Order: sequence, then C-alpha cells, then structure tokens
Amino acid sequence: MQQSAEFHTRVEHALANGQIKTSFRSAMDGLMAKRKAAFPDPEALETLRFRGAQIRANSLSKLHELLEQLENNCHKNGIQVHWAERIEDANNIVLTIMQNHQADLLIKGKSMVSEEMELNRFLEQHGIECIESDLGEYILQLAGEPPSHIVAPAIHKSRQQIAQLFNEKFPDIPYSDDVDRLTRNAREILRKKFYAARVGLSGVNFAVAETGTLCLVENEGNGRMCTTVPPVHIAVTGIEKVVEKLEHIPPLLKLLCRSATGQAITTYFNMITSPRKQGEKDGPEEIHLVLLDNGRSRIYEDDELITTLRCIRCGACMNHCPVYARIGGHAYGSTIPGPIGSILEPQKAGLDKLGDLPSASTLCGACAEVCPVHIPIPKLLNRLRFERTRNDHAGATLGQSSGRTVMEAGIWKGWSWVHSQPRLYRLAMYIITRLRKLLPQRIGPWTQVRKAPHIAQKTLHELALKEGFNDK
Amino acid sequence: MTNNARDAILQRLQNSQPSFDNSDKSVSVEAPEWPIKERIEQFKSILESVRAEVLLAHPDHWTDTLKSLAKKKQLNNLLFAKKGPLGKTIEDAWDVNEQPSLVNNERPISEWKESLFFHIDAAVTSSRAAIAETGSLVLWPTEHEPRSWSLVPPVHFVVLDADKLYNTFAEVVEHEQWQQGMPTNALLISGPSKSADIEQTLAYGVHGPTDLIVIVLT
Ligand code: SF4
Repeated sequence: MQQSAEFHTRVEHALANGQIKTSFRSAMDGLMAKRKAAFPDPEALETLRFRGAQIRANSLSKLHELLEQLENNCHKNGIQVHWAERIEDANNIVLTIMQNHQADLLIKGKSMVSEEMELNRFLEQHGIECIESDLGEYILQLAGEPPSHIVAPAIHKSRQQIAQLFNEKFPDIPYSDDVDRLTRNAREILRKKFYAARVGLSGVNFAVAETGTLCLVENEGNGRMCTTVPPVHIAVTGIEKVVEKLEHIPPLLKLLCRSATGQAITTYFNMITSPRKQGEKDGPEEIHLVLLDNGRSRIYEDDELITTLRCIRCGACMNHCPVYARIGGHAYGSTIPGPIGSILEPQKAGLDKLGDLPSASTLCGACAEVCPVHIPIPKLLNRLRFERTRNDHAGATLGQSSGRTVMEAGIWKGWSWVHSQPRLYRLAMYIITRLRKLLPQRIGPWTQVRKAPHIAQKTLHELALKEGFNDK
Repeated sequence: MTNNARDAILQRLQNSQPSFDNSDKSVSVEAPEWPIKERIEQFKSILESVRAEVLLAHPDHWTDTLKSLAKKKQLNNLLFAKKGPLGKTIEDAWDVNEQPSLVNNERPISEWKESLFFHIDAAVTSSRAAIAETGSLVLWPTEHEPRSWSLVPPVHFVVLDADKLYNTFAEVVEHEQWQQGMPTNALLISGPSKSADIEQTLAYGVHGPTDLIVIVLT
C-alpha cells in the first residue's frame, strides 16, 4: 500500500510539472509522426506486423530448445554462456569476470537489462567504476537519474538543463547549450574511456539460435566501441530475446527501427558471432553472454501473459500512450515505463509491489494498435487487474490477489447475489430510484473532477413495461 | 551455481511449454525489386538524407575521386590496407609525397591504439555488399581491414561495387546464405554516427565517424 501511495505522489508531481507536459508531448508527437511516415502503406505494415508477431511467437513456443541451441552455437564460436536466475546472480557473474581481469572500469553500451539489474550501483559498491556511453544514458548518469524512455532515455531533459549539467561536472569545458557542441564534448570525454576500458558491456537486441549471433541496434557507435575496443565483452540479456533463424532478423529489424524512431534503419546494425580469431587485429579476445531469467520463466507459464515476452523494446507503445505522454517515464517507478512496463514490470516484481501500474491506463488501445509484434496490451492490463483481485489461487502471477480488499470483495458478492434474485433485484432498484435524492453527491476521487452519477426516476424495466413490452 | 541455474530455467521452460500455434508459415512480406539504376538512386538518396556522401565513379578512376575528396577535407593521413582488396590500386595511384599521406599498419590494434584513436584522420575500406532499401553498407571486417577502421577514425571512405547492391537486407541474407557461416563480426553501416538524445535534435559524429563517404563503382 505504501508503494501505491508513492506511485500516486509521483503521478501528482508529474502532473503538476509543466516541463514534463511540454517536453513529452512534443517529443511523442514527433516520434508518432515519424513512425507514421516510415510505414506509408498500411497493408504492408499489417503484413509485416503479422510476420513479426509470428516470428516472436514461434521463438517463444520452443524457447528452451532455442536457448540450448544458442548456447551450443555460442560455445562452438567461442562465446562463454552464463545463466542467471535472479539479478543478484547476474550481477555476481559480471563482477567475477571483472575481477578475473582485474578491471576497475566498465564501459557500457545501452542496456535495459543492466538497468533492471541495477548493475552500476552493484559494481560501484565493489569499487568498480561504470561509465554509460550512450549519450542519453551518459547525461542521466551525470544527473544521477534513471532513464524515462527505453529508446530516448533523456527525453525529459532540456538542452539548457544538459548544458548546465555539463558545466557543473566539467567546469573546464566552456559552457554551451548548442546540441552539436554538447555532443562533441561528450565524444571527447568518452573517447578516452573507450580507449582505457578493459571490459565493455552491452545489451542484446536479438540473439540468433541457429548461428549463435548477438545482434545490436544503435545509432551512435558506442555499442560498437564497447564490443570492439576492450579486450573483454560482456553481453547481458533476458532469456526471451532469442529468435530461431537468421532469416527472422531482417523483418524484426525493419519493424524495430521504423516503429521506434521512424528510421528506415539505424546507423549501425552490429552482428557479433565470435571473439577475435587467429590473425584478426582487433575485437575482444573474450565474449561472455549472460542470460537472465528474473521472473521471465514464470511469465512464460501463462498462455495469455506469455505474449508479454514477445516485446522487441521499440518503445512505440509509450510514444502513443496518452498516459505516458502526460506523466512521463519516471512516474511509473519501474525500470521500463509506459504500457509495456505496466504489463511486464508488475509480473516481474509482483502485483503486490507494482500492482497499481495496470490500472494506470485508460485502455484506449493505442498501444496494441501500434505494437509491431501484436502484443494485446490492453487485454493483458485487464488480465493483471483481475489477477490482482482474484482469490482462487489458480494463476502463476506473482503477487496474485494482493489487491483484494474485504470491502470491495463484499460489495461485488452482494452485487452478484442481488442480480441473481429477480424479486430482490426489482425491489432494490425500486428503492434506489425512489431514494435517489438521498444518494451521496461526493464519492471519493471520482467526484473531484466529475459530477456524481444521476439516477433516473424509474428503472428501464419499469419504463419498458409501461411502453407495453412484455415481461417474458 | 550457474549450471544449476541453467538446468532449472530450461526445465521450467520445458514444463510450461505454451500450447499456442507455433507454425512458421511464412507470410509473404512484399519486397521491393528495383532495376540497378533505381537501386543506386534509392541507395544514394537515402544515404544522403542522413548526411552521408555518395559519389559514383568509374572502376578505373575511383582513386581520383578518393584523392580529391581527401584533399578537400584537408586530411593529413589516410589509413588503408595494403593487403586488402583495394590496397594495390590505392598504392599505385599515390605519389610518394602526396597528401594525405597513406598509412598502412598490419599490427594488432592494441599495439598502436593511441595513434588510431587520436592521430588517424581517415580510413578507407572495401565493402562486401550494400542494401538499396535502407541505404546500408554491408561490411564483414577482415584481418586486413579490421572492424575498428570503420569506427574509430573521424572520416570513413567506403568503396562499393555497384554489382553488389541488393534490394533488401533479407535478400542479402538469403542470397549469400549467411546462416551457413557468420564472420566474427558483420556490420550494416547506414550513415555517419548520430544521436537524437538531446531534445530529439539530430547531431552527427557522436562516437563513430562524423563523415561517411561512399564511392560507388559503376
Ligand atoms: S510492447 Fe510492442 S510497442 Fe511496446 S515496446 Fe514492446 S514491441 Fe514495442
């Protein structure tokens, strides 16, 4: 319940913050327009989305086989595979690799799984410095804030705020709020880090089982730096990211890039299949792949909720979500915000912890309409609302029934009882319509911004009888 | 520990294998097929829209194009692979004291990382293929043309044979049968490095090259 209160406070703060309102609204409008322009032919888009959904569903349907195949092929290629049940395990795996190489600096590419692991905080507790190298992530690291969008992490910050931040952290560099200048400054600072780091870390967009290939999508080149320059590369990913065949990659890549930012393709698509081979002059000598479960295999148990795992993290659902655009990413309080976050995060953390998120939606359906892999997000939001209050203990969802209250359950019990007894029902309706003036005019938060419902003088049933409709 | 985790995760997944349709009937996603001339046009226009430069050149004279661009950009040096597919042509075309000076280095990068990071102005590499639909170069870096050459120097020249220009990425993967054997690293490069992380405003040259110049041999 405390978490619920915190959530409501965050939302209130966000709603009162004018900058969040303007920066998110204009950014989301821009992203929506770009996505639309990137899919000029609605029919072709539908075929492609159908294909994308099919590929992801197909991969999930044989996930354990594909993971084994991926592991085998990675081993053959020289990539070391590690499995982690929980985030502590994944963190410890990364720490051990760092320690084995006596490395005290980790240069990181953008990885939402490492955010999920809170890897930076963990490694820093062990005396290891982590540097985010994606420009947006780097800005947030300087500011000590989490990302507010999965594709554009620093979207909530204005140019001036960023300039101020650079000026505070690097007083020797002359102040500038010019985007090109800021970018160049970051380039120079981070280049030295790429140069010095002995270990680089990245996420994975797709892992191809058939060839043991790790695919990375990015624009800046920092992902390539992290996976090319340091002698050791660690890739962290969730177990759901695997796809069966290489031929599945082009359609998914197309859907991902166009849905995310409306680009035909990102600047770099980086496919990594092995560490440096004999004779090659660069590339890491060691590659480690960390496969993290952290609740994913539990989500996998439910034939409906499993569709959550199809996600390719394009961010289109948040770009099109009226709630997200209004409250921004931080208000959600979860690693991944927006519609996908509201179905994924409560399942991972438990409905007892993040059970409010599925309710923070108007169920308008915009997310499902744009999702490139057809995740029925509104349906799953509803399902999680149900999971939160059901008490037959028949589901696998963590924190099931945690939102059930005696009063609410009692009211609905009474409601269904009255509705199953015609006489009683009629009597109740008669009384309510006759005593309608006495009903309360203030009903909690509902009437803060609305009028209380107005009850008619007569029930529909009475009116129909009067009009001559037969009761039978 | 790790092994236990592995077995436990796989076991759970196997036990709860979902019951939904897992057929992989391929719906035919329509793919464009352009004649070569249009392919080049599409490739050029989409790359230029992300601020790459694309120049067409005759297979016998492309080094002139390379030279004049390198001079225009006032480069001090140009990294090239003597033993790579372009090596001999470039070497033959350059006079001894001609600017920019040619640099060839066959040692592992770790032995000359500092000069690669802070002193090399530009690199020139070949490309394996390209994709018209998205304006992408396909690179499979080799021991002669290592992967950091297309990443670390601020300017990257790429020489592309127009015959290698495919319509789509799917076509490349299928035609070249990539699943038969992937290289250490395969790359699609579709412009100079860029970011829109500050106020959604595009800035070029974040961590990779600021300039990408493609010379298409037709
Ligand atoms: S749920 Fe769909 S729209 Fe949202 S990030 Fe995932 S793939 Fe994209």
